[in-house]
Amino acid sequence: MIFSDPEIWAATLSMAVPLALPAIGGTFSERTGVVNIAMEGIMLIGAFFAVAFSYWTGSAWLGLLAALICGGLTAAALAWGAIRVSADQTVLGMGINIFAAGLTTFLLNTLFGFNGTPISTPKLPNISIPGLDNIPYIGVIFQNQSILVYIMIVLVIVSHWFLFHTRLGLRMRSVGEHPLAADTLGINVWRIRYFGVILSGLFSALGGAYLSIGVLNGFTANMTNGRGYIALAAMIFGKWTPLGSFGAALIFGFSTALGIVLQGQGISSNLLQMIPYALTILALAGLVGRAVAPAADGIPYDPRRS
Amino acid sequence: MKSLRSILLPMGASVLAIIIGGILVAALGYNPVTVYGSLISGAFGSGINIGNTITASLPLIIVGLGIAISFQSGLFNIGADGQYWIGATAAVWFGYHFNSLPGWLHMILCIVAGMIAGALWAGIIPGLTKAYVGSHEVITTMMMSYIGILLARYLIEGGPMQQKGFNPQSPEIAQNTQFPYFTQGLMQSQLSLVAVAIAIIAVIVVWFLLYKTTLGYQLRTVGLNQRAARYAGINVKLFTVVALCLSGMFAGLAGAVQMLGVDHRLLDGFSSNYGYTAIVVSLLARNNPIGVIIAGLFFGALTTGGQNMQMVSNVPAALTDVLTGLIIFFVACERIIPQVIGWYRRRRTLKSTSAA
Repeated sequence: MIFSDPEIWAATLSMAVPLALPAIGGTFSERTGVVNIAMEGIMLIGAFFAVAFSYWTGSAWLGLLAALICGGLTAAALAWGAIRVSADQTVLGMGINIFAAGLTTFLLNTLFGFNGTPISTPKLPNISIPGLDNIPYIGVIFQNQSILVYIMIVLVIVSHWFLFHTRLGLRMRSVGEHPLAADTLGINVWRIRYFGVILSGLFSALGGAYLSIGVLNGFTANMTNGRGYIALAAMIFGKWTPLGSFGAALIFGFSTALGIVLQGQGISSNLLQMIPYALTILALAGLVGRAVAPAADGIPYDPRRS
Repeated sequence: MKSLRSILLPMGASVLAIIIGGILVAALGYNPVTVYGSLISGAFGSGINIGNTITASLPLIIVGLGIAISFQSGLFNIGADGQYWIGATAAVWFGYHFNSLPGWLHMILCIVAGMIAGALWAGIIPGLTKAYVGSHEVITTMMMSYIGILLARYLIEGGPMQQKGFNPQSPEIAQNTQFPYFTQGLMQSQLSLVAVAIAIIAVIVVWFLLYKTTLGYQLRTVGLNQRAARYAGINVKLFTVVALCLSGMFAGLAGAVQMLGVDHRLLDGFSSNYGYTAIVVSLLARNNPIGVIIAGLFFGALTTGGQNMQMVSNVPAALTDVLTGLIIFFVACERIIPQVIGWYRRRRTLKSTSAA
């Protein structure tokens, strides 16, 4: 039976990382009231600059730092358009996605040639936690995983605590539910929203860097392959909470891992890959739980007008 | 004034994007003049190139019309890519079945099948869930788009539409359903006058529908103000479904036209991105069917010119995506213009009062 094989759970966990991180990022952005469909593009930016700077500096950690900076800057551009200019957030996000796909491919081909990034690019280490890897079964799941897997687990817990148990988290949620009320109480709506969107950029870039210098040590054109959109689905399916996003990312990661395992047995991976999208539609239609977005999600707030 | 701005703004955004792209290219050590020169000559340099540009712009124009309908009805159909491929799949399926039909009837059957398939893909799930439970159509159309592309891929990768013994691809559609090229020159650029005629008819139909019929008036009313539309007795739920159906219908039509006119079969890949570029086309055209022609040709030229640019000056064709992304971003930020003007005026009055 394939489910008793710990390898599939190890693969599930590994596949969940590039979905859970941007999904949690998206949660932060949308909880403050800014729709972020640019996760896909920001992931690509993160993935590319992680590789580029890892190669140039010789350190994967500096590459990760560069990915976070570039991802944060891209998100800041989205935040500026969405908050300061009150532009349509979906259109902005789409523009960033097309721009990022073009820019990363363009730079890949101009800076590294048409043969791809150099194979000597350093990657982030894989580690096994001493003690944990001695436990039978579970030990195999956590054996030799990328360090970002552990960072993700910590971030999931910290994010959930941050959003639901700290003052700043409460402020973020209030800004996304009723910005006028929050403004009346002296909360700077714009500043909180900038914070939420840039945070989503950092998480998305981390997810992208996981693909390029966590799992592999190279960048290929469009390597995120729609994960930013599945992350969007995970965020909705997880009802705009970090823990829920992580749970949804695990379910979606499992369906991907299952697709790889079942490919040899004549079951089409194309059909299995539909699961995340189908579940999201069902969730939005209220058939699998009820997914309700933050009340002010996607609505620009202009303090001068109200 | 307003109509002037609606032309100047997209042009300004495009010029700004081209300038930034030029700086990027120059920073990497290319000569921007030769780069853009090869782009323009690739798009318009010869008869074949112009034919290629028109061929590339036809699906953008037809999908763009569908997007314009959804925007005018206040809906954001972001999943036109999936509707396009579902339409293409339906057209191809009918294209290699029913071979005993006369050619023209078979052709019409394929086109109608593509239109219906696209319409249902957008109308049934995203349309009905939007109308009755309020699911956001941006998410549902996007998710349905991915499901549609995965379905099309499944059908030719081991599914019932795979041609046995070949790479993942479907059988070729019957010879008599393929649009004729008429002359050798048109054949080289794969430009079919039938496809051009369908695109022109589609533009006229959409223009007439939106501006000269009750249905179009009601759709636009729903788009402008849903509450007012409801008070005016318009069935908003019905029109939500109708608008998404129409939007998907044109995406499906584009898929069918592309299959009958250019591809002739489903091939693995499915990464046309017509659905996304068509959103840009519609945005740039201010959702105006006539403007869609111009914007569609612009992006068609960018596509064919980009390929030539990569061959001639060795600059990756992905540069055109950078430009496209920037243009979208700048057009979306149009509201900055009145803000900047207001800020400038305030500053001037402040200066004059402090000077006095």
